[in-house]
Amino acid sequence: MNALGAELWQAVVVCFAAVFTNNILLTTFLGMCPFTSVSREVRTAAGLGGAVVFVMTFTCLLNWMAYHWILVPLRLEFFRFILFIIIIAAFVQVVEMILDRFSPRLYQNLGIFLPLITVNCAILGASLFMVIREYSLIVTIGYGFGSGLGWLLAILAMAGIRQRFNESRVPAGLQGPGITLIIAGLMALAFIGFTGVLS
Amino acid sequence: MKTASVKPMQEIIRDGLWKDNPIFRQILGICSTLAVTNLVLNTFVMCTALTLVTALSCWTVSLLRSWTPRNIRMMVQTLIIAFYVIIVDVVLKAYWPDMSRSLGPYVGLIITNCIVMGRCEAFAGSNPPGAAFWDGFFNGLGYSAVLLVIAVIREGLGMGTFCGWPLPYFSTHWDKWIIMVMPPGGFFVLACVIWACRSIRPREVKQ
Repeated sequence: MNALGAELWQAVVVCFAAVFTNNILLTTFLGMCPFTSVSREVRTAAGLGGAVVFVMTFTCLLNWMAYHWILVPLRLEFFRFILFIIIIAAFVQVVEMILDRFSPRLYQNLGIFLPLITVNCAILGASLFMVIREYSLIVTIGYGFGSGLGWLLAILAMAGIRQRFNESRVPAGLQGPGITLIIAGLMALAFIGFTGVLS
Repeated sequence: MKTASVKPMQEIIRDGLWKDNPIFRQILGICSTLAVTNLVLNTFVMCTALTLVTALSCWTVSLLRSWTPRNIRMMVQTLIIAFYVIIVDVVLKAYWPDMSRSLGPYVGLIITNCIVMGRCEAFAGSNPPGAAFWDGFFNGLGYSAVLLVIAVIREGLGMGTFCGWPLPYFSTHWDKWIIMVMPPGGFFVLACVIWACRSIRPREVKQ
């Protein structure tokens, strides 16, 4: 019981760290492509972010099981890249079909983002990090959820800031991605301030 | 992309290195590599891996282009890319374990790097293998050049070294600008590089 409690606490800590101090976008630069291109409006950013939270939590879990229960016993660890990609693609496809069947409204809001997610580096990155850092099953769930939440937080903040930017006069060479990167850098600076809040 | 006419070599080189440079022109694929630009050596290894993977997967995709059914081509491309990435990963692990450890998951993340997929989809799918190989190669090179510039700036300002060697002025009189080797520095330097490149060729940005 005590061991389980310790593990749950570790999951909470890892989840918190993944949202703030180790934000997957702001410290490891993963998921930059959608971050720079889909962050023009808060609504779409929220839709994509929500989809990322959902997909990341479950693919981390599935990939953990596939890695530790199938690949490790077979000593086929190097095969993980292909397996992870296939699992992520298959999971996204299944979610798409289920949403389409049971919740057409949600599908309409989220549907266009789901295929995009398959090639989102952050999803694969989270799974690879969880393998390298040797998290246990429970901690992995916390990590996947926290990473997704951190990504959602970052893209929401960015979309909010960029909407205010519409009227500003940005130097010609910096327009678009340039200014987005500078804002991201400032956000990353701010997030460093969370270091040491929870240890 | 034009399908019928084969692009001349010079044009492939110029587009890959400068005119359509993946980073400041297309803003693609910065995800997996920006994180290692705080050290020049790591960046160099990572960029070499990426250039090789891009060139070889473009070549393979192009070879198989008439046998690949259109509706599953994305999956086929992904598998081809993953195949080459696994080779790179295994080789690195066997012959340079320290580097493999310090690059961590980023080698694997080449799979989802948008450049590789982008070149396969935009050029290799409709061009002969030779041209596709060089297109992938020069796009990788153009990408690597920008990242190496970023890495040199970051390591020099942040630690006063180049590939681990102390630089004359920066290691003695320069106060180490630590933020440069931390993630925010990566964002700032990339933004400045894009700014500089786009200011040199402002007309390209408009369209």
